[in-house]
Amino acid sequence: MYLKLAWRNIWRNKRRTFITAGSILFAVFFAIGMRSMQFGTYDKSIENIVGFYTGYAQIHKLGYHDDPSINKCIEYTETLQNLSNNFGDEVTFIPRLESFALASYDIANKGVMLVGIDPEKEQTLTKLNKKLIDGDYITASDKSVILTEGLAEYLKLKVNDTIVFISQGYHGVSAAGKYPVKGIVKFASPDLNQRLAFFPLKEAQWFYGADNMISTITLSLKEHKQLDYIIAKLEGIINTEEYEIIDWKTMIPEILQQIELDSKAGLIILFILYMIIGFGIFGTILMMTTERRYEFGILVAIGMKRYKLSIIVWLEVLMMAILGIIGGILISIPVTYYFHINPIEFTGEAVKAFEKFGVEPIIPFSMDPTIYIGQAIMVFIMTVLISIYPLYVVSNIKPVAAMRG
Amino acid sequence: MIIIKTENVKKIYQETEVHVHAVNGVDLEIEQGEFTAIVGPSGSGKTTFLNMVGGLDTPTEGKIVIDNTDIADLKSNELIDFRLNNIGFVFQSYNLIPVLTAKENVEFIMLLQNRSKEERDDRVKELLEAVGLGDRADNKPSELSGGQQQRVAVARALASKPKFVLADEPTANLDSKSTENLLDMMAELNKNENITFLFSTHDQRVINRARRVITLEDGKIISDETKG
Ligand SMILES: Nc1ncnc2c1ncn2[C@@H]1O[C@H](COP(=O)(O)OP(=O)(O)OP(=O)(O)O)[C@@H](O)[C@H]1O
Ligand SMILES: [Mg+2]
Repeated sequence: MYLKLAWRNIWRNKRRTFITAGSILFAVFFAIGMRSMQFGTYDKSIENIVGFYTGYAQIHKLGYHDDPSINKCIEYTETLQNLSNNFGDEVTFIPRLESFALASYDIANKGVMLVGIDPEKEQTLTKLNKKLIDGDYITASDKSVILTEGLAEYLKLKVNDTIVFISQGYHGVSAAGKYPVKGIVKFASPDLNQRLAFFPLKEAQWFYGADNMISTITLSLKEHKQLDYIIAKLEGIINTEEYEIIDWKTMIPEILQQIELDSKAGLIILFILYMIIGFGIFGTILMMTTERRYEFGILVAIGMKRYKLSIIVWLEVLMMAILGIIGGILISIPVTYYFHINPIEFTGEAVKAFEKFGVEPIIPFSMDPTIYIGQAIMVFIMTVLISIYPLYVVSNIKPVAAMRG
Repeated sequence: MIIIKTENVKKIYQETEVHVHAVNGVDLEIEQGEFTAIVGPSGSGKTTFLNMVGGLDTPTEGKIVIDNTDIADLKSNELIDFRLNNIGFVFQSYNLIPVLTAKENVEFIMLLQNRSKEERDDRVKELLEAVGLGDRADNKPSELSGGQQQRVAVARALASKPKFVLADEPTANLDSKSTENLLDMMAELNKNENITFLFSTHDQRVINRARRVITLEDGKIISDETKG
């Protein structure tokens, strides 16, 4: 009976119900749209930034992150080589042997990060061959190097020139070698663009005197939300007293801070939106309560307990809220889905700005279900808070006063 | 059997400095089966008195006993239940829940009493027929005339099987034909089912139909006549 009464009551004044449910719908739709765009942007930025070089996480010898040194290399054991057998295709494990070296050509010298890579696996993350601006990509058995554009410019080097590297190898052995330049790559990050050089892992192990050793395993993920799960699973596979697993939040903390700041700004906007819409809903509910005082008075007079009346009024507000929330979600799903599949693409001048940072000029929308649920809950809580007012009125209603008008 | 007894009931409204003695010492006894009108000029205290008898308002002074219960002893929620089970109310207008049909309005009060479905269905049918609206059971109040709405209100008032029915100017918004019909119906229920009615009115035709007429003036009973 409560449900029937409440349901009919909300359709008594169709316009008011449409306005109330409509503003709730709009609030939910706008909030979801905005959050979806924000989170989509964050996902994309994280993907872009970790794709520059670091990956979503790295495995090293314990202590390497705080003090990277060629002496903290690890043996590339069977277990490490076969890590991917424990996972599906959601993650790729990319081995690297990285250290610092002095690069020289002609009379110019420069300190560089000289990285041994598995040319094939590296493709899943840094996509070096797509960054080539000259020459060719290396293969696993090559004895040649790939340089970043800034470095090549600094040393005034071209493809097929020979570069010399001097460094200190594993446990103090001296390391030196000369290599032809096979290709030149351009990194979007100006910093990385002038200090990276790559050569095949096998060659690196020989150069650094570190046979069958690596410094780092970098993780490339299909879906960054799976990171925590993957790390947790890895911790069960590898010995955490020997190895450390460092995620992108630790490696590049600035990004996380930026995202959090931006997200907070978004929340403030949403809060203002909620306030405005909340007051709108409050207004219609205030009107409803005032208009129906007489009726409430009659109901209490003829013997309806106030709590029963409160239930009905509360159900009415609840039903309007649920209508609005469901409506809001229903229209946001196709809209966010559309922009998830067809990200907003920037054109004209904006594209250059994006490309300068080496990221695609698009904003995909996130379809993370927590966005829908989160915003629906927020709006629901807001509505419930607003319904305190009519409940207060009902629970204090005096039939004689109410019926006098 | 006496079902309503008031002793020196007073209601004083304090408007800043001035005290309004809306009801000023009313002693009254109403017996089971009466058909009684409270009359008097506007402002004489009829509504105030009926509200106190109905437990909607509390007297400033005095005592109201209904069927051996001093209603001042009841707590707020007990009083609501007491009204539900003992008193039928008919107000001047807009008595009904607008979103419910005639049938549902009558049934509503029995739902509040948690009566069984069969009992509710039987009684709704019986009552709507008794008030001559058997064929309008599925109409909403807005689809009924003022007189028909008041009859549904009487049917609802009776649905809870109350000790008596209180009606504050039930005919005030009705034309003379509807007034006549409503009173015929009330008188019939009073005669056939021995239902007690206590109603207030301005209307001379209504006064003529009452068997007992109590006249108030300035909150006091100035006459109390029983016919026949
Ligand atoms: N809430 C109130 N506050 C102050 N004075 C009140 C209040 N309610 C009623 N009164 C006063 O009490 C007196 C009696 O009012 P009441 O409504 O009982 O009269 P009535 O006989 O029902 O009149 P009517 O025939 O016009 O309905 C009036 O003088 C009225 O102004
Ligand atoms: Mg009155």
